[in-house]
Amino acid sequence: MAYAEQAETEALHEPKSFLTRYIWSQDHKVIAIQYSLTALFVGVIAVMLSGLMRIQIGFPGSLAFMDASAYYQAMTMHGMIMVIYLLTALFLGGFGNYLIPLMVGARDMVFPYVNMLSYWIYLLAVLVLLAGFFVPGGPTGSGWTLYPPQSITQGTPGVEWGIVLMLVSLAIFIVAATMGGLNYVTTVLQARTHGMTLFRMPLSVWGIFMASIMALLAFPALFVSAVMMLFDKLLGTSFFMPAMISLGQQLDHQGGSPILFQHLFWFFGHPEVYIVALPAFGLVSDLISTHARKNIFGYRMMVWAIIAIGVLSFVVWAHHMYVSGMNPYFGFFFAVTTLIIAVPTALKVYNWVLTLWQGDIHLTVPMLFALAFIVTFLVGGLTGLFLGNVIVDIPLSDTYFVVAHFHMVMGVAPVLVVFGGIYHWFPKVTGRMLNDTLGKLHFWITFLGTYAIFFPMHYLGFQGMPRRYYAYDNYAFIPQSAQELNAFITVVALTVGVSQLLFLFNLAWSVFKGKPAGGNPWGAASLEWQTPNTPPKHGNWGEKLPVVHRWAYDYSVPGIEQDFVAQTVSAEELEQMRQLSAGTRIADVKP
Amino acid sequence: MNRLLLRNADDGDPAGGWNRDPEGIQAEGVDRSQIAKTGLRLFLAVVSSLFFLFLIAFIARSQMVDWLPLTEPLAPLANPWQLWLNSAFLVFSCIALQWSRMAARQVRLDATVIGFVVAGVFAIAFLAGQLWVWQQFVAWGYFVASNPANSFFYLLTGLHGLHLLGGLIAWGMIVAKFLHRVPLPQLRASVELCAIYWHYLLGLWFVLFALLTSTPETYEAIARLCGLR
Repeated sequence: MAYAEQAETEALHEPKSFLTRYIWSQDHKVIAIQYSLTALFVGVIAVMLSGLMRIQIGFPGSLAFMDASAYYQAMTMHGMIMVIYLLTALFLGGFGNYLIPLMVGARDMVFPYVNMLSYWIYLLAVLVLLAGFFVPGGPTGSGWTLYPPQSITQGTPGVEWGIVLMLVSLAIFIVAATMGGLNYVTTVLQARTHGMTLFRMPLSVWGIFMASIMALLAFPALFVSAVMMLFDKLLGTSFFMPAMISLGQQLDHQGGSPILFQHLFWFFGHPEVYIVALPAFGLVSDLISTHARKNIFGYRMMVWAIIAIGVLSFVVWAHHMYVSGMNPYFGFFFAVTTLIIAVPTALKVYNWVLTLWQGDIHLTVPMLFALAFIVTFLVGGLTGLFLGNVIVDIPLSDTYFVVAHFHMVMGVAPVLVVFGGIYHWFPKVTGRMLNDTLGKLHFWITFLGTYAIFFPMHYLGFQGMPRRYYAYDNYAFIPQSAQELNAFITVVALTVGVSQLLFLFNLAWSVFKGKPAGGNPWGAASLEWQTPNTPPKHGNWGEKLPVVHRWAYDYSVPGIEQDFVAQTVSAEELEQMRQLSAGTRIADVKP
Repeated sequence: MNRLLLRNADDGDPAGGWNRDPEGIQAEGVDRSQIAKTGLRLFLAVVSSLFFLFLIAFIARSQMVDWLPLTEPLAPLANPWQLWLNSAFLVFSCIALQWSRMAARQVRLDATVIGFVVAGVFAIAFLAGQLWVWQQFVAWGYFVASNPANSFFYLLTGLHGLHLLGGLIAWGMIVAKFLHRVPLPQLRASVELCAIYWHYLLGLWFVLFALLTSTPETYEAIARLCGLR
């Protein structure tokens, strides 16, 4: 057990100028905001790219510049940005950075300088990625999985510059993620305040902690594949490139294994799903408990489920490769592990529902997003059971059913948590509330809209509409009704996309004009809401670190009038609160 | 089941089990070096994951028909004496660093500095030796793209060298602090961290060395064991 006692005596990297306070800041809160704003910025680009794609699918030929190459480039960049540069960066770099030190009672991350470097290297990765739009040939259009040999063979968009920039950007991102991950994990292990035991940490911290460990172990697989593919592309090696003829020419490569790339990529790629999902699980647990005014059901089970999912996610990767021609016994093994991972996941869903049961549910905006997450994750998770079975996956593979599945489970569901989390913690970050009406409008358009977009895609998949086609008209096997549905999806997608401006406007407006929030507007029990200042000042806790006496979920405690007991309340203080509450009740009765 | 029962189903505050000191009464102070050590160990876990995956890729790729082993009679690693020499440099470097580490613990400044500097010099010799091996490879016509075995040799030795180079940057910064007469107690933790990192890289080098100089039969056996064949 380790505590951050040294933090009370050590001098902190006190900012001395505007530059060190807001730009080259080593304060975890500033770095979190930098990460979040950058991630949201690239997220907006990715949403715009999806809008362009949808216009092409729904109304083929209506955009003059959208040829097949541009479509594939938009698709690749959309996928990669959303998965890596938005969701991973936002959950770990944004929420992780902001919440971990505040939730465990630390003054900052344990390596603040490395933390700062992590952000700037992440920004460099983003810039290198976006540079792809401005180089000859544009960004790579090989799909976000970057499968060789196609990704580095003539004929694929961006084969000269785009793919190189993508691979270099990924390698840089991994360096940034490693720097961040080392900080998050070490801070949780070494910088918890007095009384903050591992089993008193909020589930948000548990989710981010486990996801960081997974990121540290899984991202090297992407690094390995990126480096080896760069060698193949730039130095002419044959790690992944087989002997092949391209444009009538025999290439110099021979003997390489494209399947090896797939194994490496998915050894990273599947844990990546949970690197995004586990923080979402953690955050949503805290949102549900706080806004249902009830302790989280089965806290320990929830922690062990997070750990179990984290471990199991490393042995399911090849379920992304059922159609790659692998040994049927492998398929059987990976189908079994995939179905096993549904057990701890389902356990979490049950526990969220049981937390809600008989709770004092406040339908605040964060709670609406949290509830929407449960439903969406359930739908996406159930279709995952379909696709986890080899025999069902093979006919559905490469259809819109898969697109619907992964957008539901790892696109929409985590994004709903991102929104819920921002609405929930924005008052702590800025000291002001986000506008409630705008928030509810944003919620309903986003929630219903995403269902209108992705739910019909399941039917399109069953009809056999393939993924990755640039245009779906003039195919005999795709009926006209599918095209009409595509047009409908496009209209909704554009509406949902534009409606995100409501959210961005709300953010910008509320920072300056929002209703003052006070220190703890939701009446939350966890430590980050007990800071002496809101927004928390540099060093977070004033002179003395807080002392933790209980878990983060003491809501609606019997015998206590106030419907939450903060983590910092000691047993003696709780007894006083109990007596005070009893006194108040007697006084209420007497007149 | 009522609300109280639901609450009790989890037994309220679950602190326990891993929690030796839930009330923080016996809070121990943790010095910065402990935090840095934890960070370094985590980093080494990341590096292990990286090289483990490279080695799996190596074994998988070695089973393709175009693989030309570097240990064939006329190939550059048929008699890897240069690699043995380099290994000796790295071993000496680690011994010197360990000596420096122990001297630092006993607050013997001169021995600490001498050991530390000697360790760096041997590490630089190791890197120079590795470059010399690369030069030999090129001279013999074993280029990076000529064969996957060559590609892996350059890739793995290069990455290992880059990690050592990173260590040498840290080493240089600590040497600069010694030159600026920073007191030994303030540098002891840094020497410790360097030593841990060096020892790890020595272990990693021997794993790489063993694998790169093994025969195709060994690769095949490992591949069978891993289900890659």
